[in-house]
Amino acid sequence: MNLLYLIGLPVLTAAALLLARSKEQVRWISFAGSVAQLALALALYFAFRQERAAGNTAAMLFDQTWPLFKSLHINFHVGVDGISVAMILLTSFVVVSGVLVSLNIEKMTKEFYFLLILLSLGAYGFFISLDLFVLFFFLEIAVIPKYLLIGIWGSGKKEYSANKLALMLMGGSALVLVGLLGLYYASHGGTFDLMELSHLGIPADTQRILFPLLFVGFGVFTALFPLHTWVPDGHSSAPTAGSMFLAGISMKLGGYGCLRVAVFLLPVGAKEYANIIIVLSSIAILYGAFATMMQKDLKYINAYSSVSHVGFSLLGIGMLTHTALTGAVLQMVSHGLMTALFFAVIGMVYDRTHTRMVNDLGGLMKMMPFIGTIFFIVGLCSLGLPGLSGFVAEMTVFMGSWENADLFHRIATITACMSIVVTAVYILRAVGKVMMGPVTNPVYLTLKDANWNEKLAAVILLAGILAIGLAPFWLNDLVRPATETIAHQILQVTK
Amino acid sequence: MNDLWIIMKNELVVTTIIFLLLFIKIGKGLKNETLLPLIQFLLLANLLQGFFFNKEGLLFEGIFYSNTLIIVQKNILSLGVYLISLVCSDWLKKSPQLPEFFILMLSALLGMFFMISSGNLLMFYLSLELATIPVAAMANFDLHKKVSSEAAMKMILSSAFSSGILLFGISLLYGATGTLQFAEMSALLDGSPLQMLAFIFLFTAFAFKLSVVPFHLWTADVYEGSPVAVTAFLSVISKGAVAFILLTVLHKVFLPMMGIWYNLLMILSVITMITGNIFALRQQNIKRFLAFSSIAQVGFILVGMTNEGQLGISSVVYFILVYIFSNLAAFGVASAISSQTGKENIDDYKGMYRTNPFLSWILALALFSLAGIPPTAGFFGKLFLLTAGGAKGSFWYIGIAALNMIISLYYYLRVIRSVFMDKNDAPIEKISVGRSATLGLLLCGAGILAAGLFSWIFEYIRGILN
Repeated sequence: MNLLYLIGLPVLTAAALLLARSKEQVRWISFAGSVAQLALALALYFAFRQERAAGNTAAMLFDQTWPLFKSLHINFHVGVDGISVAMILLTSFVVVSGVLVSLNIEKMTKEFYFLLILLSLGAYGFFISLDLFVLFFFLEIAVIPKYLLIGIWGSGKKEYSANKLALMLMGGSALVLVGLLGLYYASHGGTFDLMELSHLGIPADTQRILFPLLFVGFGVFTALFPLHTWVPDGHSSAPTAGSMFLAGISMKLGGYGCLRVAVFLLPVGAKEYANIIIVLSSIAILYGAFATMMQKDLKYINAYSSVSHVGFSLLGIGMLTHTALTGAVLQMVSHGLMTALFFAVIGMVYDRTHTRMVNDLGGLMKMMPFIGTIFFIVGLCSLGLPGLSGFVAEMTVFMGSWENADLFHRIATITACMSIVVTAVYILRAVGKVMMGPVTNPVYLTLKDANWNEKLAAVILLAGILAIGLAPFWLNDLVRPATETIAHQILQVTK
Repeated sequence: MNDLWIIMKNELVVTTIIFLLLFIKIGKGLKNETLLPLIQFLLLANLLQGFFFNKEGLLFEGIFYSNTLIIVQKNILSLGVYLISLVCSDWLKKSPQLPEFFILMLSALLGMFFMISSGNLLMFYLSLELATIPVAAMANFDLHKKVSSEAAMKMILSSAFSSGILLFGISLLYGATGTLQFAEMSALLDGSPLQMLAFIFLFTAFAFKLSVVPFHLWTADVYEGSPVAVTAFLSVISKGAVAFILLTVLHKVFLPMMGIWYNLLMILSVITMITGNIFALRQQNIKRFLAFSSIAQVGFILVGMTNEGQLGISSVVYFILVYIFSNLAAFGVASAISSQTGKENIDDYKGMYRTNPFLSWILALALFSLAGIPPTAGFFGKLFLLTAGGAKGSFWYIGIAALNMIISLYYYLRVIRSVFMDKNDAPIEKISVGRSATLGLLLCGAGILAAGLFSWIFEYIRGILN
């Protein structure tokens, strides 16, 4: 399968959007485009499985290279392994449902969808590129859409949030940029190629300098404590689809970068800084959970709980065992689906009641049984109920963490485990207050349940959550060989 | 004799156009509506001829020379002049002395052509003067405005000052080496104190023209006072030409003294970037804003120049091409707005997207390119400059440059926020952009997107160095 379709499709969709004449056309083009993305991602998944089943054990499949800047040895090199395929699937699920829930956007519809599609282009490009220059290009391409989506269509203190997000992410990418140039010159011949760099054996001294740059740089994108502060503001000010994209896709770019670039290329650095990562992510997990308990705004609740949940995938990366790395990827996928669905439901509630304050809401289940049910399920997924994706992912992370037998790792693991209790408190409290109990405002009695498009969006994301929760092995089998390559890099260091 | 015609072809064509305009002026005179398209056509012809029938070679015993890189540089400058004549056409149309304006502009361009091609310090000095004095006259072109005369006055005084320093440096250098030829000088340089003193005077003159901090103080006032078309010319074409010749001087002539200028460039580029960025943060006038942002951009150009290899030259030349597209797009929008409404403050742009979506998108594209965000060409330009600057492996240097990209993003976003997000009950009314200005803005926009994504453009510049 040609991976360029993944880039070509969003480009075509965006071009078609520019030609669209009416809002109806804009909506249908984006919907069709995003469904095509989903189909393409599924086709990629099955093609990938077929290749693997046929015995192709190359690290990267569907590998293709075009020279871009020959004199600098920069190539447009694409290819996918299990992690990328999982991320691409996640992206396509979130894009389709994000487009569906925002069909009712009236303000500057064309621009809105154009930016959404541009964001998805950045994500696909990022996940398939194996050349660090191209990877960085796609990482940064998403900055403009994010900034404008929050600033124009957002709510609350949107200008502040948009600025904060753009500058913090730009700061992260500046660190990444310095790290990438360091890799380029550390490789003497000068190459940005990920696979070539992984074989080079970069000197330990260089790794010690470059690893923090790259890890923290990508870490900003994925809310590495204490650089997580853009997350609550950014997510709560963004429009519904914007929050879904930010939490579901954009934060995963960072996690993927940490794993694929920082840990994979610089295993010595990873080993040396692993304890710091573990401490920081444990703090993020606990701090995020406790901070969530104090929030009154539904979007802030989900944003802070995202900080906590993303902490699990960073914890998995910091643990550096094969199982923990797999768990980190599972957690990224699971959290992406779950948080996107959560933001979608919050958006549906907000569209109807025009408030996101937990204390103002109550008894909505009676009027909107569908939204209420989804709200319950996603809440339970968040607190890790077996049968849903959250359980599978967090469980894998904990199992992987437990493989490290010393006291430090044990304490970190147990600390992280404790946050689940806190999660249960805030999730059950929020869900109970919003959906159950007496109706707090007589106006709510006239509210309607979800439309067809909202239902469809929720069902798509829910299908993903259930597919991972009930039958985790397909995803596990997809990801495990890929994380083994990374774990192998780390093992070689110890020898 | 045949060689003379073909090696100096670019200069001769520009001279011909100047004389043509002169005849038009002293003859019957044409209305601006017919004259401006004619000039634009001539400039386009001038641009296109630069791509054909070029020849490398030396003239007048090496005083004047030409090679493929120089021809590319000249074409970049011609392109810039053509784009200015397009994007500023709404202002130019109203100008009562249109032929004179272009006679001056083309004289300056002619000076720059000679400057880039010069192989001798005296030739260089003469052409630098030819490239500067007409611009001072252009700065005074808003005859009824006092700020415009003030700008011209400041410009001419500071240029005279820097010319004096330059001449002093040249004479010291002549005393130290006994030659004025670039080709012979390189071998005679050994870094003695006298030569260093001469180099510092010489470099100071360049720093004045490029407005490198601490020699930047004239920039903001001159930019603010001049008409937008002149500001655009000053910030893009003049800077570009001086950067081109500085590349030659540093990388060819003063290569033996690299240990000195490497550190000098490093320190100056850091100071320049930081100063330009910090002052740009609080500017209200769009021209002053772009003035300080252009100072910061010069800092980035210096980062690329620290690399004495091919990557250094190609990244700087490429960045200037990108910079011409981006900055002229921004100035084009500013010119369209200022020529119709007289508004030049960033606050006046609030809510502009509702009434002028086309101008807003072009402005956004230009600013994102200046900030170095993909998919615009500015991203590639900045990245190549940093790659060139990092060749010596100093992480902190690249780190500071990258940090400056964040600061600059902050103030570029401020403009974007005014245009797209801020609410305003009385935004700028719908501006009717003329046909040629629209064409110019579209060309700039296309250039911003294409120059980066079409990688062969950079590869071509890189290729001619081999």
